[in-house]
Amino acid sequence: MSKVKKITGMALFLPVFCMVLVMAVNILYDAVSGNFAFSFFAISIRNGVLYGRLIDILNRGSEIAILAIGMTLVVSASAGTDISVGSVMSLAASFCCMLLAGYGVSSTNDLAVPLIVGVLGGILMGCLCGAFNGFLVAYLNVQPMVATLILFSAARAVGLLLCNNLIVYVRNDSFKFFGGYAGFIPTPIVIAAVCVAIMMVLLKKTALGLYIQSVGINKRASRIAGLNSEKIIFVCYVVCGLAAGIAGIVASSRISSADSNNIGLNYELDAILAVALGGNSLGGGKFNLAGSIIGAYTIQAITTTLYALGVSSDVAPVYKAIIVIIIVTIQAPPFKAYVKRMSAKRALAKGGAAA
Amino acid sequence: MKNKKINSNTLLLLITIALFVVMYVVGCIIYSSKGFTHLQTFLNILINNAGLLCVACGMTCVMLTGGIDISVGSLIAMDCMLLAVGMEQWGMNAVVLCMIVLLIGVVFGLVQGFCVGYLEIQPFIVTMAGMFFARGMTAVICTDQVSISQNAFFVGLANAKIQIPFGAYTNSKGVLQIPFIRIPVVIALVVLLAVFLMLRYTKFGRSLYAVGGNEQSATMMGLDVKMTKLKAYVLSSFLCSIGGICFCLNTMSGSVRQALGLEMDAIASSVIGGTLLTGGVGNVIGSFFGVLINGTISTLVKTNGKLLSSWSSIAVAVLLCFFIVLQSVFAKIKDSKK
Amino acid sequence: MDNNIVLTMRGITMTFPGVKALDNVDFTLRKGEIHALMGENGAGKSTLIKCLTGINAFEAGEIHVDGIDGPVVNHSTLDAQKKGISTVYQEVNLCPNLSVAENLFIGREPKTKLGTIDWKTMVKKSEKIMADLDMNIDVTQNLEEYSLALQQMIAIARAVDMDCKVLILDEPTSSLDDNEVAKLFKLMNQLKEKGVGIVFVTHFLEQVYAVCDRITVLRNGQLVGEYPIADLPRVKLVAAMMGKDFDDLASIKSDESPVFSDEDILIDAKGLSHKGTIKPFDLQIHRGEVVGLTGLLGSGRSELARVIYGADKNQTGTLRVNGEEVKINAPIDAMNLGMGLLPDDRKAEGIIGDLSVRENIILALQAKRGMFRLLSMKEQTELADKYIEMLQIKTASRETLIKQLSGGNQQKVILGRWLATDPDFLILDEPTRGIDIGTKTEIQKLVLKLAKEGKSLIFISSEIEEMLRTCTKMAVLRDGAKVGEITESLTQESVMKAIAGGGGNE
Repeated sequence: MSKVKKITGMALFLPVFCMVLVMAVNILYDAVSGNFAFSFFAISIRNGVLYGRLIDILNRGSEIAILAIGMTLVVSASAGTDISVGSVMSLAASFCCMLLAGYGVSSTNDLAVPLIVGVLGGILMGCLCGAFNGFLVAYLNVQPMVATLILFSAARAVGLLLCNNLIVYVRNDSFKFFGGYAGFIPTPIVIAAVCVAIMMVLLKKTALGLYIQSVGINKRASRIAGLNSEKIIFVCYVVCGLAAGIAGIVASSRISSADSNNIGLNYELDAILAVALGGNSLGGGKFNLAGSIIGAYTIQAITTTLYALGVSSDVAPVYKAIIVIIIVTIQAPPFKAYVKRMSAKRALAKGGAAA
Repeated sequence: MKNKKINSNTLLLLITIALFVVMYVVGCIIYSSKGFTHLQTFLNILINNAGLLCVACGMTCVMLTGGIDISVGSLIAMDCMLLAVGMEQWGMNAVVLCMIVLLIGVVFGLVQGFCVGYLEIQPFIVTMAGMFFARGMTAVICTDQVSISQNAFFVGLANAKIQIPFGAYTNSKGVLQIPFIRIPVVIALVVLLAVFLMLRYTKFGRSLYAVGGNEQSATMMGLDVKMTKLKAYVLSSFLCSIGGICFCLNTMSGSVRQALGLEMDAIASSVIGGTLLTGGVGNVIGSFFGVLINGTISTLVKTNGKLLSSWSSIAVAVLLCFFIVLQSVFAKIKDSKK
Repeated sequence: MDNNIVLTMRGITMTFPGVKALDNVDFTLRKGEIHALMGENGAGKSTLIKCLTGINAFEAGEIHVDGIDGPVVNHSTLDAQKKGISTVYQEVNLCPNLSVAENLFIGREPKTKLGTIDWKTMVKKSEKIMADLDMNIDVTQNLEEYSLALQQMIAIARAVDMDCKVLILDEPTSSLDDNEVAKLFKLMNQLKEKGVGIVFVTHFLEQVYAVCDRITVLRNGQLVGEYPIADLPRVKLVAAMMGKDFDDLASIKSDESPVFSDEDILIDAKGLSHKGTIKPFDLQIHRGEVVGLTGLLGSGRSELARVIYGADKNQTGTLRVNGEEVKINAPIDAMNLGMGLLPDDRKAEGIIGDLSVRENIILALQAKRGMFRLLSMKEQTELADKYIEMLQIKTASRETLIKQLSGGNQQKVILGRWLATDPDFLILDEPTRGIDIGTKTEIQKLVLKLAKEGKSLIFISSEIEEMLRTCTKMAVLRDGAKVGEITESLTQESVMKAIAGGGGNE
């Protein structure tokens, strides 16, 4: 019993457990449908690039992993979530493509401005959105989700305006790179890895992690101890916007276009789910970035598995919504208290029977 | 002693009404040539936003308790899809379908309300899950766009015009135009009146205010806070389903992407109408004006003809942002006074 | 049971983990009397009231209420209210966004035949209730439109209208001005004449002598005694509350009293204030000096310190540190000037519960260094180990979460946090509250040691002996203002007299 508790109490238990569960489902599915049972793990090189379901998950999950970095910080510091990330992704992508193609141009093969300008512009737009959210939350004390709701619905509209209501295509190989291949590895995997690595180093080499957790756990005490709580919360939202910007560029590069209505659709749910799956409490405080990242890839694995099982992309959110509710219910204090009471009752009944 | 002081809440409502009047008058001046001054323009705003009005009434009730419900847009999409597919593909009776839709609303609200009231999960998380769930379920029912054309009763309902005995005019072709409204407007106005009376004259209505004003005090004074919250979410989803039927009567179709972002319009209408995000203050009359402002903006954008439709959602977002900041500033002033 | 008695509590005992909060306490309330319940912080007043109103469950003892057979156990405030025990708290427990009438009647609104709320009757009844209490106000206005005093009285009116026999007023006057207090007293006297038994909890001595008939004093969870008001003059009351038992702490203060010259002034505050909490004050602190702030709870002793540190923003006057005028906008500014504050509310403003002992210790130093100059893990563990050993913090390891430590050890960790920043000026607000006697002595010794090293300190405590042993100067506060300083002949008596204030020394 105590051994079970020890294992379930471990920091990364939840995300790893879910990951294993998803893999088990895949193995079972492959076995039942007559494929090689472990084809899920098979990795090969076709046409000079890596190929396999695992690679596909790593590749497709890059955006969620990048978003999960920012979302983890936001949840930790402000006990609220940023529901605008999907829309901000789309806006960043639109801005980037608009710069690259030039305003009002719907399709281009040649870049209007150097690639770097467009990409940085898109990322900067993400930061700007993050700063807007951060200002509302940190300095005006607006509840995080209401504050981010504004951009949640407005960012896509702004994106459409920037693109003159068109889907802007940038058919240029240099732009395709971000969603394509770096050597034989898909570039998004590399980008996500770099982002995660930078964040890990930042957390390891600076006091950022300590500051954020401290503010998230006890804002007042942190202030007395000399931290600028508002500024820290603000920074978290800017980082979240930055992450959304990067994810937006990757997503847009994949399809070589800025489709305002579809880029980043439902990604806010995935990012929040990744954080919750990572074992982080949505009530703020302590966080575990590694958990969120594993959580992000688990989400992608779930999505990919759902698609493999024949569930359409429109329907997939149903399952994810149910998972979110299950996780937050398990985390909810009244539920925990109820479980405790029930187990105490059972123990009492057992004791009574023994006596 | 009877001279009532204008407090910040009344002020917010006055700002809203003034804003609506100014906006409308400006619209009349700029677009008088495009018929903006006719009564029918105003009635069209009502017709187009009847569904939103129902939703906004429910949203106001939830926001009064200090909560929020962002599942409404998706729930409407699900309702419309169910109505469309039910009538077109399954050949079901329109009245029975409407009953089912309302029942689904109640069940949906029960689950959300239980999670918020009794499990004490953040309303935003719960209703966000609800939002994705409902949108996904819409796709489960059908992924295509389905138009309603075969059900004679429903089509008849949708096309029914209720003429207004004044404000008639002859248009440029010399045809007499009699102003009219449609069934959804009647439904929405009835809902508005009912919710207004409920908020003012029933124990439940006042409990909503009490819970939003100070949850702890409400408990101390013997109110069942958890139950009040649960009921609020049930009411919101129920009214949302009524709104869904109104919406469907307008669009006569169902699609997965329907009513996308409607939650934002509803929240904006409530907030613009003076409902505090922190709960405890607000009224459906304010929300009514909020909806009108919302409708006026999109009508202005449409009347212009050259502007992209995204302008209207941006304008609403800016307005929402403005009112949120206003509320925040008022709250700070109030705090510093103490 | 005496016919005249409405409430008796006998042998009430209750323990919080590790602490006996109430030990065999008796309390008796008679019809038509105003009974003051007195005691310093942690004496058990609020715990006793919470036992009565059902918020806390007591372990032993009995409660009897007039008109109810057998012992009474309440499970909630609502439960207590049904038995005729109403409570009005310091924070008004009403809904500010509802009208006065609604606040009076919520939960029991008059209904029309249709089952809807009958506003006309409600307003009429409310007007009558308020008129009966000599308050002619517009009951249709929202509660928040009225002053706190009126709100407080509306809360009382609600309680009274619900046919209460016992009315508990828990520090109702903390936020009221004199005029408002007078109104409240008038109301209390009216109720008294109607035969309601009133329990009055307050920190303001003058108010006790203005309205009360009887005083019950608690100290450290035990009953000190019940006295008719005439038998307990002011100084004796303070003595009873604070306890005169010179405990077994050895006299640790050296006899030679240090002499300070004007050149040694470290902190020089002139006319600092924060609206609503502390009126303008002057205070000078020399290097190596320990200044005690004394006064009853709510007198503004914590608030004074908070203004210097910038925890509450200073709104008037000037502050000089080391002779230079400085502006402190946030605690970090004060820290950069070499200050530190150990706040009195350990849980809300001290510990970061979910972080480890190590992280809690290095937090302030890290904040001072800035985000990009992270202390290496080696430095962190060294610092943590140093202070764990120096302050003898009892913890399983330095990685244990601070919330798992006992109160005293949590306090030591916070103390370690500030010592790690090597401050010149340290404010200790109730550092010894809820801490065992051994640790108290350690902390007192530490204060003296720091002073000897040339650091300046402000020391705030409810226990006068403790301050007598450590401080060289005491500033006395009363009702949110600094009313004096005692530098010479620091004795228990002189301090108590100063705290009690003028008037009551017969």
